[in-house]
Amino acid sequence: MITATNLSKIYGGTKVLNIDHLDIPTGESFGLVGNNGAGKTTFFSLLLDLIQPTTGNIFNNEITVSQSEDWKPFTASFIDESFLIGYLTPEEYFYFVGDLRGANKADIDAFLANFEDFFHGEIIGRRKYLRDLSKGNQKKVGIVAALIGNPKVVILDEPFANLDPTTQIRLKKIIKDLTENRETTVLISSHDLIHVTEVCERIVVLAKGIPVKDIKTSEATLSELESYFSGEVGAAQAEEL
Amino acid sequence: MFKRFLWLEWKSFFRSASVGKSIGLKVLLIFLALYFSVAFLALGIGLYPLLQETFPDQDPLQMVNRFVLLWLVFELGFRFMLQTLPVLDIKPLLNLPIPRRKAVNFVLLKSMYSFFNFLPLFIIIPFGIFCIYKGDYGIWNILGWMVAMIATTQCINFLNFIIKKKFTDNLKALIPAILLVVILGALEYFEVFEISFWFGKMMDYLVLNPYLAIVPIILVIAFYKWNQLNLESKFYLDAGLKEKQKDADTKDFVWTKKFGALAPFLQLDLKLIWRNKRPKTTIYMSLLLLCYGLFIYPSDMYGHPAMYVFVGIFMTGIFMINFGQFVPSWDASYYPMIMSQNIPLKDYLSSKAMLISFSVIILAILSTPYIYFGWNILLINMVAALYNIGVNVPILLYSGSFNKKRIDLDKSPFMNYQGTGAAQWIVGLPLMFLPILIFWLLDYFIGFEAGLIGLSGLGILGLLLRSSLMKYIAGVYQKRKYAMINGFKQTGE
Repeated sequence: MITATNLSKIYGGTKVLNIDHLDIPTGESFGLVGNNGAGKTTFFSLLLDLIQPTTGNIFNNEITVSQSEDWKPFTASFIDESFLIGYLTPEEYFYFVGDLRGANKADIDAFLANFEDFFHGEIIGRRKYLRDLSKGNQKKVGIVAALIGNPKVVILDEPFANLDPTTQIRLKKIIKDLTENRETTVLISSHDLIHVTEVCERIVVLAKGIPVKDIKTSEATLSELESYFSGEVGAAQAEEL
Repeated sequence: MFKRFLWLEWKSFFRSASVGKSIGLKVLLIFLALYFSVAFLALGIGLYPLLQETFPDQDPLQMVNRFVLLWLVFELGFRFMLQTLPVLDIKPLLNLPIPRRKAVNFVLLKSMYSFFNFLPLFIIIPFGIFCIYKGDYGIWNILGWMVAMIATTQCINFLNFIIKKKFTDNLKALIPAILLVVILGALEYFEVFEISFWFGKMMDYLVLNPYLAIVPIILVIAFYKWNQLNLESKFYLDAGLKEKQKDADTKDFVWTKKFGALAPFLQLDLKLIWRNKRPKTTIYMSLLLLCYGLFIYPSDMYGHPAMYVFVGIFMTGIFMINFGQFVPSWDASYYPMIMSQNIPLKDYLSSKAMLISFSVIILAILSTPYIYFGWNILLINMVAALYNIGVNVPILLYSGSFNKKRIDLDKSPFMNYQGTGAAQWIVGLPLMFLPILIFWLLDYFIGFEAGLIGLSGLGILGLLLRSSLMKYIAGVYQKRKYAMINGFKQTGE
């Protein structure tokens, strides 16, 4: 579904992303982990054509994202608050996204009914603008809006951050359900190793823009990741000495 | 502590995202400041001789005193609209060991060094020196007058401060004060009770008894204290948050559904305008400026039809100019979403074009009563509207592709240059003067009708080519997309 070849991004002489080849097949739940500045958001921004690659290309369903807009109808994403329109109420925002994705008001209402417990009564019918919601509730709106209209590719940057524990658990279930029928490709980045190993069948670790690990998730994955990242700590301490 | 605040200010100024980018704007502001300084200084130096010459049998100082009150009222008005209050971002300071009073004092003292406080000095000091030099009064008397005037200027400064800080959320509380001013103004106008005369008498008395200069100084201190207490009471996070919790307005603009694919964008734009302070003001401005014709048409001074073309373009296009010049900066805060959602750029732009064209049509309809001043004027206005829709709308949208400055929707539009860049200045010229030039040439060489036909022809041509023009403009937006997304992320002013 998604292929990146020879992809790199350079900011002021520093290579912040450098991926020789990455292939994400259709229906995979793909997790991206790495420390701050590892290039996770850069990768997603490139995939959404929000920034230009220095070299290489990303193909989304064989469409070069920087050449054509044809990937937009089947790709949905939530990166940060700049994906929300602050002066709309959550309902209006959902209807707006629905309009863009060919779902009418009734479709959206039916769709939203599935997320009643995810919203926990704090989103719908509260007569509040999105800009007045708390960070966590804004995130919930963004995530759910990214699922409207059965997109084939869903991109979520740090979906678990800022959410309360109950919602985190519910979100994990939502993501699992999403990839169950193997039609939707889900890309997630996270700092939470436990969540990402639970949800994703494949995990790529980025370090300074380079994919250093590409793991098929199994029982051993969590401990492998934990030892990798504590190895980083160990290495840093060794350097200091 | 003050040194640290100053250090913070310094850093925030020179490290803000747009330092260097808005040099042009700064140059303009500095030029304006210099211009006003020189103008005031010239007035200050020339005032005494001028008064003496025009009213030889009157005492210049008493003449000036008569107008002090009027001047103060105007000054307050100007300050209210133009002066930006110093702000200190208190959020990061709240959890640090900084006494509240110190931070508040810093903000208040900083406001004393505003340019607006220096302007009157350019008049007060030269005029005072003149008075001393001429020897009508003693040195101490004039010094007392000067001190009193300077203190009064500061009073106005702090009065403006308190009005802005305390009453902008609750303008109704100001109604009694405004009523009082209006009543006093009316009494003055109808010569029932001339408050300015009595105020002038008071100032004259002060000149004779210079120790009374202490009164305005005490007033300054009182105002300062009031501000201090008011600001201290707001020195909490929730003081800023509380007001925001307004019930959402859920008007739906369902009628836009008729426009098919463009409906969601039209709805979004209408909500954008309706629910945010800055775009909403553009509507009021448009309605207000519709009265512009009243100043032009009755007067013979502007009798040339080319002037009427200017008025027509301006009146029917004022919303177009105010709103259109900041497309797509209005959507800056969620531009990444617009760019990654399933939104064809051409639809996005077409909906903006349609909204602006509507505004032109509505303003053109509202301007029909000007038929009172003659058929010609109605004709010119309609032709100007057609030209606006056909030619100026695409020009504006094209120039919008050079916008890469963010706009915060909720900031007041007065003296707000956020989002203003070179593009806004440059696009104004072809927008307003090209049609005037075309009309003037045709009118001069062929005739009035030829001018009208020429402009409407261009308008219709623009409408016929609309679709391919929009395609071209969308291409330009596509190319500039990355620069826009990046620019809109910069939050600094």
